[in-house]
Amino acid sequence: MTEIEEYVDSQEFIVPYNCVVLIKQVPDTKRLTGRAMNDDGTVNRGALPAIFNPEDLNALELALQIKEYFGGTVTVITMGPPAASEVLRDSLYRGADDAILISDRRCAASDTLATSYILSCAVKKLDYDIVLCGRQAIDGDTAQVGPQLAEKLGITQITYVQELIELKDKTVIARRNIGNGWQQVKAKLPILLTVIGEANEPRAAAAKRLMKYKKARTQLEVAAALADENPQATGTEVKKLAALADNRCKELEKKGLLIKLWDLDFLGPDFNWCGRDGSPTKVHRIQSVVLEAKESKEVEPTPDGIAAMVHELIEEHTIG
Amino acid sequence: MIDVNTNGEVWVFAEQHGGNLEDTGLELLSKGAELADKLGVKLAALLLGDNCTTLADKLAHHGADKVYLAQHQLLENYQTNSYAKVIYDLIHKYEPQIVLYGATPCGRDLAPRIASAAKAGLTADCTDLQIGDHKISKTDKVYKNLLFQIRPAFGGNIIATIINYDRWPQMATVREGVMPMPEPDTKRKAEVVTESVEVAPDDLPLEILDEHIQEKKVNLKASRIIVAGGAGVGSKANFKLIWDLAHSLGGAPAGTRAAVDLGFIDHDHQVGQTGTTVRPSLYIAVGISGAIQHQAGMSESKKIVAVNNDPEAPIFNIAHYKIVGDLNDVVPKMIKAIREKA
Repeated sequence: MTEIEEYVDSQEFIVPYNCVVLIKQVPDTKRLTGRAMNDDGTVNRGALPAIFNPEDLNALELALQIKEYFGGTVTVITMGPPAASEVLRDSLYRGADDAILISDRRCAASDTLATSYILSCAVKKLDYDIVLCGRQAIDGDTAQVGPQLAEKLGITQITYVQELIELKDKTVIARRNIGNGWQQVKAKLPILLTVIGEANEPRAAAAKRLMKYKKARTQLEVAAALADENPQATGTEVKKLAALADNRCKELEKKGLLIKLWDLDFLGPDFNWCGRDGSPTKVHRIQSVVLEAKESKEVEPTPDGIAAMVHELIEEHTIG
Repeated sequence: MIDVNTNGEVWVFAEQHGGNLEDTGLELLSKGAELADKLGVKLAALLLGDNCTTLADKLAHHGADKVYLAQHQLLENYQTNSYAKVIYDLIHKYEPQIVLYGATPCGRDLAPRIASAAKAGLTADCTDLQIGDHKISKTDKVYKNLLFQIRPAFGGNIIATIINYDRWPQMATVREGVMPMPEPDTKRKAEVVTESVEVAPDDLPLEILDEHIQEKKVNLKASRIIVAGGAGVGSKANFKLIWDLAHSLGGAPAGTRAAVDLGFIDHDHQVGQTGTTVRPSLYIAVGISGAIQHQAGMSESKKIVAVNNDPEAPIFNIAHYKIVGDLNDVVPKMIKAIREKA
């Protein structure tokens, strides 16, 4: 070993890492406040309050810990309707540096494949070392977007991460939950990690950051607020409002309070792979699971009585 | 993405670790056989590993007509990229119409990676699979014999049936333990198709440093169906009824604190305030009076069936189906009815 090599070897060189965290605003499926389905068969999202997907908070926490120890940046991205900016603000309160909302009508009806494709177009625009996602979102529980995104980015994935053991020399060692135990794996960066709930205890919002970032807005929110203030606006007034919105956005940007809004024109994807057209899976049918305990039934302890009950349970997919 | 076809086989990924086949793959073979029969095509198992030729027989016994065997030194241990690459190549070579995986941590790590590369649809955590037709209401066009991928969504508040008709293969992961596993038929034989595969060190970006497998304990929380027994079951020997009923449903056996204290069943299986809190789709309470401490651990079950000889037992207050009778008579009848219907 030369003197320099020895010197390098003896130092714990701490290099910064840029983390990108993919988050999702989801209906709180555990706190159902009304009927889950509308009469027309669509999901009644109004019955379900919107929250920060729990395991995405664990992914964000891990990214923030990496930043605290090694330096670097934490950028949060979500794809969703304009109101999804709420989880981005929440991320800023907790310590994220930058927030991006992907919102575009043409994203609607995307399944996991189309979603991961659109997200990959966004992540590719950033300079990243580590991409983090929650293992799964509680609305669909699919756990598919993480691995699909890793494939689209052409990077290695480590799913079900329960602990980050080491990050050194652009190499990560992580412990992953494999169901009936754990596995410790090592891989080179760049990498995508999907994080499970037991990985950490997500921090709360910091009061100072909350005071600052509660004013953070997307351009959509700025425009919507102006439209609300001027409901009667017509013709040239509308144009004026648009100019005013631009000005307000510029002011927010100067203060670091503008949440970036990326649409598909900006991302420049192949539209064949976005939205409904880009989604191979389609819904054939949706059935509501009756939540409130129906009137209970007396079942005769005879072969016929029991067979009729079993038949009912199979019909409603409780069995099978 | 492969072409939509109606003569492609039904494939099941036969997950194995260290030469042991996972139950989920075997469960899927019985469901896969049913689907393949309806479609009039062959059922094939996909076996990847090293020195695992002997496992092919077991796959045949569980229903595989064919076993695609891909062996390579570098396939000995599961890794996302190497397995995804081999399966992706096989899908493009043989164009199966359906590919099924267990929704195990391994299956859920692997299947989305393949789906993304193949630009194919994938439905996660299915609890049932059927063959059926789909009509596009706008055009009246009917797609025949599609794979109905049935799964709970929105935290179990709805059941969705997912299909894909224009991009194939149709792929799904299937929840562990939801498909019954019939007795193997040791006389069955399968055609073994040996595939020569190329795997390079680059396909193994992970270095597996250490692995720790815990003794398999029951995971009540993950169980869709739970069959629980109480003190009323009477003895450890009689608790076999609870295990048998649970197995017939692909569910997990459980017990009350009283049953655990009496030594009928292990504490890992205890439901209630001092045990595990569960909210399965179906909870069958057998010989359980329904103490409030027990109800606290299971009252959020979607459907509750109670069997008790005391019509005044509190468990009946929260049960959807009340069966007043002797459990030694009722439980065997239930098992028989389930076996006949399923």
